[in-house]
Amino acid sequence: MCTVCGCEAAVMEEKPHQERLAAAAGAPVRDHDHSHSHAQDHHHHGHTGGIIDFGGGLAGAHVPGMSQDRTISIERDILSKNDAFAHANRTRLRNSGVFALNLVSSPGSGKTSLLVRTVTHLKDQWPIAVIEGDQQTSRDADRIRATGVPAVQINTGKGCHLDAHMVGHALDHLSLGHGSLLFVENVGNLVCPAAFDLGEAHKVVVLSVTEGEDKPLKYPDMFAAADLMLLNKADLLPHLDFDVSACLAAALRVNPRIQCLTVSARTGEGLAAFYSWIEQRASAMADPAGGPA
Amino acid sequence: MHEISLVESIVELIEDERRKHVFSRVCMIRLSIGALGHAEPEALRFCFDAITRGTIVDGARLEIETVAGEGWCSGCRQTVPLEERFASCPVCGIAEVRMTAGDELRLTEMEVE
Repeated sequence: MCTVCGCEAAVMEEKPHQERLAAAAGAPVRDHDHSHSHAQDHHHHGHTGGIIDFGGGLAGAHVPGMSQDRTISIERDILSKNDAFAHANRTRLRNSGVFALNLVSSPGSGKTSLLVRTVTHLKDQWPIAVIEGDQQTSRDADRIRATGVPAVQINTGKGCHLDAHMVGHALDHLSLGHGSLLFVENVGNLVCPAAFDLGEAHKVVVLSVTEGEDKPLKYPDMFAAADLMLLNKADLLPHLDFDVSACLAAALRVNPRIQCLTVSARTGEGLAAFYSWIEQRASAMADPAGGPA
Repeated sequence: MHEISLVESIVELIEDERRKHVFSRVCMIRLSIGALGHAEPEALRFCFDAITRGTIVDGARLEIETVAGEGWCSGCRQTVPLEERFASCPVCGIAEVRMTAGDELRLTEMEVE
């Protein structure tokens, strides 16, 4: 059975939405376009070559009914469906002792390079898996897999962000043992992913020093949603006019609780602090009663 | 353009309502959108017709109520208007203001027949 939507049968190719509608409502799903082949505990979503394709559109149908004009009060958060899937993911990850980070940034800030360096450093001590989100191609997942770490690529099609439903299905494709690290690299976009909780422990926002130091003020939602900011490409600072302290002040103005680390994915500068930030929290997730060893 | 996803989520919520109420058509839906929130009303309007076509919401009128930003200023000990999500208090100019309104993203009601 699909552990996210609960459906008993098959495929998800053209109309992922119908399945989402029924799944989130807890309705039995019998006739959706969603194929699950479970021979190896594995199923498909327009899934070729390790890519899960969520580019399909909305489909619905009118059901005739009879009634008079009337007003129905609803009063629900528009994101409540996503939040329900995110809650399910978070519970599932916590029960498995898996520490999950959601990496968000503009395109080109160096998220994938940071991840490649990070998983290469940590993979001997921790079981690791990566979920990569991009509109198209499996190039990022290929870079991760080249390190020996398993990766699932989600292609969002026209979508500009990952949502919790996509991540839930990607989790079905990964075998995450107790005490694993899970990195989710979101679609490169400093606006849209801020609104969509995926069920992660923390959002980590990556900003590179080749961008403006006032970016936290221009795109406050993402910096407000993140718990850690990595200021990447620090090796380029001698060649730029980037004002690190102004950037940190901007981030703290938007989010007084955000932690900041200045790093370089290229040289490794500052990454030891990021690794220990991860390991402290991952240890606590894997052994909640353990406390500091 | 995550407003596309938001409109898809609205359709899902209305599909939920159809399991509770009998109706054949949605004439109007009303949203409550915070001025400092995650959605841009014009972008919602822009994609609404395209995304709802062929769904139960097809042809519905979209009404959006904008909720102005407000926050609680710990210095003034009062609710003050907020123009930006993380602005300082417009009255005392200093204190941290905790946003109390303006982040809404709600489907409030609909008219059906």
